[in-house]
Amino acid sequence: MTTAETAVNNGVDTAYLLGARAALSDAPAAAEFVWRAHGEWSDGTHFKASVKDYFGLGEEQTHLTEHKFETDHPGTFGSKDRAVTPVEYVLVGLGGCLTAGIASVAQNRGIQLKSVKATIEGGMNVLGILGGDPDVRNGFTDVTVNYEIDADASQADIEALVAQSQKRSAVFDIIANPTNITVNTAKVTVDTDSAAEVA
Amino acid sequence: MRTSVIVIGAGHTGLAVSYFLRQQGINHVVFERGHVGHSWRTERWDSLRMLTPNWQNRLPGAPYSGTDPDGYMTMTDVAEFLGDYAEQIDAPVRTGVTVTSVRRNGADFQVDTTIGAWTAPAVVIATGACNIPKIPALAKDVPAGITQLTPKDYRNPEQLDDGGVLVVGAAATGAQIAAEVRASGRAVTLAVGEHVRMPRTYRGHDILWWMERSGIWSQRFDQLDDIVRARHLPSPQLVGSTDKVTLDLNYLTDLGVQLAGRLAGISNGVAQFSGSLTNVIALADLKARRLLHTFDEFASSEGLDANLPASETLADTHVPAKPPLARSLTDGAITSIIWATGYTADYSFLDIDVLDHKGQLKHDGGIVTDAPGLYRIGLPVLRRRNSTFVNGAEADAHEITDHLARYLGSNRVSSAAADNELPAYDAVLARSAS
Repeated sequence: MTTAETAVNNGVDTAYLLGARAALSDAPAAAEFVWRAHGEWSDGTHFKASVKDYFGLGEEQTHLTEHKFETDHPGTFGSKDRAVTPVEYVLVGLGGCLTAGIASVAQNRGIQLKSVKATIEGGMNVLGILGGDPDVRNGFTDVTVNYEIDADASQADIEALVAQSQKRSAVFDIIANPTNITVNTAKVTVDTDSAAEVA
Repeated sequence: MRTSVIVIGAGHTGLAVSYFLRQQGINHVVFERGHVGHSWRTERWDSLRMLTPNWQNRLPGAPYSGTDPDGYMTMTDVAEFLGDYAEQIDAPVRTGVTVTSVRRNGADFQVDTTIGAWTAPAVVIATGACNIPKIPALAKDVPAGITQLTPKDYRNPEQLDDGGVLVVGAAATGAQIAAEVRASGRAVTLAVGEHVRMPRTYRGHDILWWMERSGIWSQRFDQLDDIVRARHLPSPQLVGSTDKVTLDLNYLTDLGVQLAGRLAGISNGVAQFSGSLTNVIALADLKARRLLHTFDEFASSEGLDANLPASETLADTHVPAKPPLARSLTDGAITSIIWATGYTADYSFLDIDVLDHKGQLKHDGGIVTDAPGLYRIGLPVLRRRNSTFVNGAEADAHEITDHLARYLGSNRVSSAAADNELPAYDAVLARSAS
């Protein structure tokens, strides 16, 4: 199956991606990206964040527009449920990453997708985050993704698409594998607060 | 001393190159740091046998002529086989000569060795693909007190204490060592990343018969979709054994080996395994079935079905219900780690700017275009899928020496002096001494 002979269009520019792979293999420094989010506590468990800038191809980059995100916790946690929980964001990220991978791999393999539906579930024992049982981890105990895919391909080829997408997925790797995390903290004095106190 | 071509390494690829150089009447010398087949003799574990059946271990001008075509050579057999071959083709091998540097010297290459400096307009690096065991960076976090071995140091389970063993890597090497260590009674955890599953036999033939007959093995490097991937594929989970066992993960599970995901980190004395085991198993099963399907299509298109047993179904690989995500390396349960995480080639002797940012040689099918006259043979998928196997040496060596002969043109060194001063072949002597 070759892309050249088929009119498959999943809306993915695989030629661009393959070109980028070749270019970045020759210029490894340009392949070093840094992704960023900025955010601020609102009140309660409510957090408001935005994403606009990132670093890549050797220089600062910006998204076309700034995107805003919020997280909170639901009523079952005694919160006001103003937004999704952070862990649900992780599930959205996993689904987005795997599905983008499926579309890209399908394009590259000449498979026309008609419909790709994902349900992403993360099991969690909340005694971990509540500190109620030291033997229970905070994070997901397991993550399950169920795909329903309609495409011009055999069951085996569709399974291969999904397997390959996992192999090339950043978020799959982030969840499946450990990562060193450094959290730095600075105590600061915010001007508006002091201004308010003076007033 | 000057000659037309200096070949570094007298393994199967270096000897195959020597065969074709002699055919073309090109004066050359083959430097070998030890004896012919040194790595096979000294850097492999005791139980290792060739992955290829004997009938397949052809070298140029030397079809298999023994009495056990379907058997698999031990490492001693291999060294003897290569020694006999070197003798048969009268290869100008200088054993016990280590190359310390290769650099430019005018239009020639200068090759410094433990017996002095040599020059030649062309050099063929035939030092093998498995020189330095690759150990992942996370090994630095292994707690003190754990014994760490690579397949280059590992010989047999008796080397290990009685504690549990973590084998990292599930290619041919890791799978073989895991099976053998488990059979010795020790508890074994096998960290499994991407791997290549292959049944030993299929429809009555060795799987490598199928690889060869179907033409997959001779697929050329410049016709593959993704050469980077092809060159980095782990070796298939095969073992050469008298009972032709299929060394897949199900076999290992049945032996009592605990499967875990890829070793992803070591933190505070705890080995952390990836949660990707289910997917790497799914990938390997899918690819194995695709391969067998390709063989079936080949068989029917060639009209072979009537003479072959029926198609076989590959059982699913059984994924453990809850693969471990962590194992303590400090509680005494695991006392040894064996890094079966691949090998890399050693180019420390090469003083020419032809390496990429990962320290590997830049080449186009073995032709080092940045240093005309310099060649490489015997790397994974160098020119074909079977480039590192014994039977892959012939086609690659043929093409590389043809290219080399064209490059040399009339610039051949007719240094009879070189041949006269050296014993034409001293491998026999060296072999009898070993």
